[in-house]
Amino acid sequence: MIIIPCPFCGDRDHSEFSYGGDATVKYPALDASAEEWYNAVYLRKNPRGAHTEYWHHVGGCRSWLVVERDTLTHEISSAKYAHDGYGDSA
Amino acid sequence: MSASSSRLDAGGIINRDETLKFQFDGKSYEGHPGDSLASALLANNVKIVGRGFKYHRPRGVMSAGQEEGGAILTVGTGARREPNVKATMQPLYSGLESFGQNAWPSVARDFGRVNDIGSRFLGAGFYYKTFFGVRGGTKDWMLFEKIIRKAAGMGTASREPDPAHYETAHTSCDVLVVGSGPAGLAAATQAAEAGLDVVVAEQDFTLGGDYLSQPDGAHRAVEAVAKVESLGVSVMLRTQVFGLYDGCVAGLIESVTDQETGMQVRQRMWIVRPRQIIIATGAIERPIAFGNNDRPGIMGSAGLRTYLNRYAIKPGQEAVIATTNDSGYATAADLKASGAQVTLLDARTHGPDAPEGVEVLRGRVPVKGEGWSELQGLQIGKLSESGEVSVEKSIGCDLAAVSGGWSPVVNLTSHRGVKPVWSEEMDCFLPGETKEPIKVCGSAAGLWDEEECRLSGAAAAAEAARDLGVNAPVIERPEPRRTNTPTMALYEVTLPGKKLKSFVDPQHDVTTGDIRLAHQEGFVSVEHMKRYTTLGMATDQGKVGNVIGIALMAAATGAPVSKTGTTTFRPPYSPISIGAIAGRSVKQHFRPNRLTPLDAWNKKHNAVMTQAGLWWRPWYYPITPTESVDDAYEREMKITRESVGLCDVSSLGKIMVQGPDAGEFLNRLYVNGFGKLAVGKARYGVMLRDDGIVYDDGTTWRLSENDFLMTTTTANAAGVMAKLEEYLQTRWPELKVSVASVSDQWAGIAVAGPKSRDVLEAVTTECDLSNEAFPFMGIREGVIAGKKVYLARISFSGERAYEVYVRSGDAEPVADALWGATEPLGGCLYGTEALGAMRVEKGHVAGSELDGRTTLEDLGLGKMASSKKAYIGKALATREGLHDADRRQLVGIIPTGDGKRLRAGALLMADTEQQGHGEGEITAVTYSVELGHWIGLGLIKGGVERWDGKTAISADPVRDGNTEVRIVSPHFLDPKGERMHG
Repeated sequence: MIIIPCPFCGDRDHSEFSYGGDATVKYPALDASAEEWYNAVYLRKNPRGAHTEYWHHVGGCRSWLVVERDTLTHEISSAKYAHDGYGDSA
Repeated sequence: MSASSSRLDAGGIINRDETLKFQFDGKSYEGHPGDSLASALLANNVKIVGRGFKYHRPRGVMSAGQEEGGAILTVGTGARREPNVKATMQPLYSGLESFGQNAWPSVARDFGRVNDIGSRFLGAGFYYKTFFGVRGGTKDWMLFEKIIRKAAGMGTASREPDPAHYETAHTSCDVLVVGSGPAGLAAATQAAEAGLDVVVAEQDFTLGGDYLSQPDGAHRAVEAVAKVESLGVSVMLRTQVFGLYDGCVAGLIESVTDQETGMQVRQRMWIVRPRQIIIATGAIERPIAFGNNDRPGIMGSAGLRTYLNRYAIKPGQEAVIATTNDSGYATAADLKASGAQVTLLDARTHGPDAPEGVEVLRGRVPVKGEGWSELQGLQIGKLSESGEVSVEKSIGCDLAAVSGGWSPVVNLTSHRGVKPVWSEEMDCFLPGETKEPIKVCGSAAGLWDEEECRLSGAAAAAEAARDLGVNAPVIERPEPRRTNTPTMALYEVTLPGKKLKSFVDPQHDVTTGDIRLAHQEGFVSVEHMKRYTTLGMATDQGKVGNVIGIALMAAATGAPVSKTGTTTFRPPYSPISIGAIAGRSVKQHFRPNRLTPLDAWNKKHNAVMTQAGLWWRPWYYPITPTESVDDAYEREMKITRESVGLCDVSSLGKIMVQGPDAGEFLNRLYVNGFGKLAVGKARYGVMLRDDGIVYDDGTTWRLSENDFLMTTTTANAAGVMAKLEEYLQTRWPELKVSVASVSDQWAGIAVAGPKSRDVLEAVTTECDLSNEAFPFMGIREGVIAGKKVYLARISFSGERAYEVYVRSGDAEPVADALWGATEPLGGCLYGTEALGAMRVEKGHVAGSELDGRTTLEDLGLGKMASSKKAYIGKALATREGLHDADRRQLVGIIPTGDGKRLRAGALLMADTEQQGHGEGEITAVTYSVELGHWIGLGLIKGGVERWDGKTAISADPVRDGNTEVRIVSPHFLDPKGERMHG
């Protein structure tokens, strides 16, 4: 029962969101090598504690958010837009 | 008091002015409002209410609470039959029908009792050891298991759908107080006085908790309840806090009504988000394991006190109370006051003074219950200083009550991952420390004194208030401490050289012998012991037996209890209905129906509907009431190929992709180029996943320089939309593109067949439909029936075809106009069956081939991939394994014999030896009217290159068996596409 503070919609239940994976992964250019793509697509850390990850507010404003979540306690310390141009808050 | 009733003449919190009739095992009885089913049965002197799980020994009421292990009944009949109801928690209502479980012909006389006589053969692990691996191994075990399950079991659920209604509700508050005993009510009062918004949840149907078990309980509970109510505290009765979850969220189940009352919900699940939680869940009394401690007539001492004072019941005339702590004295005093003859055994040599008129035998313990079905006496023993027991005498009695100490209810903190901590000093598990806004008070925190409980409740509430930034007095929280007459750690009474049947977990018939057997066989970890003996795995989840089991294992291994461990309590605290969790999310509310804008129109035209994902789509349009789906789709595809047919394609995903970088964006998404697509043209595109596997396909239309309309498959509409948003917001924020789902805003109608242009010419204005002006893959605007439409010359059927897109609200008049021009030409309406059949004839891939495992090459689409640009999935699609010559590739399949049919899902084998997954499988089939035989698509290792013209075996063991088939090109009709271009 995680509450995610969506910068556009406010505090919302996590059931409105889809998990979007590790937000620290930098996807290479489309013409980069298969090896670079392999690293980006398949290799993941599995941290115990702080994790930076994407959540898609699919049942809300449809924003992709970068959320800081503790994988141990589910505590959310921050949530901001993934896209810089969306601003900081509502 | 009449002879047939053990109800006292006065007292209790029951409404004697009103009588409730109820039934147990077919006999009628009477009780009063305020009774539980268990108290009403006891009042009627019903001693045997159940049978043991394994040995079928008779069982009576053992407690007055959630921990009940004996009075487990089935309540209700027909679809409303509910098994495994704890009679102690079930409020009595008029017309209640209840039944004993696990017995034949009845709990009073049960033939299964023979298991008890042979019980020395039926210890822990007996069934597995005996039947597992006999003769045929697992297969035989499965047969034996069915018989064993019948012999040992709980009640059986109704097999009918549950007719009751449920719902889910959400709320929040400052403080949620769990439990309404002295600590809970004091906490609620203190928190409310600090001005906080307080909710009290109580699992019982009356507030008061332990107050209610005391002689002046009614009066004291009423006072405390009046106080919280005057302060505006929200009170939730019959509401169990079944779990605590992340982020201070509590799950509650409120039992609203037990009876059939129209649309009234039976239960309501609450998701509560309090800012602070105060746990005042009290403690549960432990029994002592001694011989035949499950005889009807033996119950918990605290339970007996509740029946005496709350329900005004004296369940026996001659009673023995056995205790290891002070609480047995209060029960003895109250029982004596009701007029019974009472002997009190105190295992300790020092204890409080004897209550008036009660004989106290110190240093004495119960050894064995006597009597075959109901209790007739109790063998007692003297406990030496070294802990040895010697039998002293038997006392005749029809009632025995036992208190072996107390176990704080630590379940809720355990749900939060906080391990309970064993306190040697207090002889119980105490809740561990938590950093979350959760405070434990009262007996749940190991306090046995009522005044201390109240104080600890108030202290917890004041602390919660201060944590919320509200002014509240500083109250010192009392700590659990040893009294002058502490509880004696006594879990089991044994006699040297004698075997006693002493139950630890009466619900699962786990005995002390089973625990020792587990130890002998090496299952010494608490988790292994639990699984080996099934201790604590019945519906009470070890509320009664776990501590004894752990203590006995500790004694067997010689380790202290603190090192032996505890089991992890998980939600729910006690069993809850699945229906309550589902709430209103059932049937179409769980899986909503998506209807196209032409749904009513289709039905008006006799469509038989089918569900594709959430969408309801026309399957076929029978022209006579008896036309079968096979006849209909063959007719529909024949007419469409020969003249013209209309099909509702509104469910396709539609996404507007707009902005100056829209062309570049599509270039990155699709394997083929879109940047240079001319305005007024459509193109078929395929997109891959990052890993190079095909994801989705569809046509995308360029409506103007910066406006594209993308279509997706019906199934992936939402997924593609989410992907586009992900790419634009996370990967390529520099692209100036906006996307919007317009799937529901537009209706789509395919007009397919050689006469499709004739139909459109008859109804369309403001559009030149000639082949020169409007070639294949063209997009034009026009007007039909006065409504603006988009016309796209695209074809899924392989015929000359168009798709007409119109605003959803204008769909019906446009469909009417199209049908008005189609019908006179001998055309038809066609559904998904004919649509799918025609795509198989053309070798077009769809969902069954885009199965998340196939690459472009596998599907014969390799030539689409652009070499001039990069796109999603291109890099990883180059991986070696995705170009293996053995990969399964798209092929066409035809039967070798006349008239034979094909089956989708059949495996393709190289020869008749069926082994493994073969060479491939058939993914889609249809009867081809034009070819006059069955055809199919499939994926097979090596594809057309390896197999063209060769035969394979279609293995379909559950339907048609083996059929010989020939592998051919997947393009059955018009491979050059002359029809659709013409």
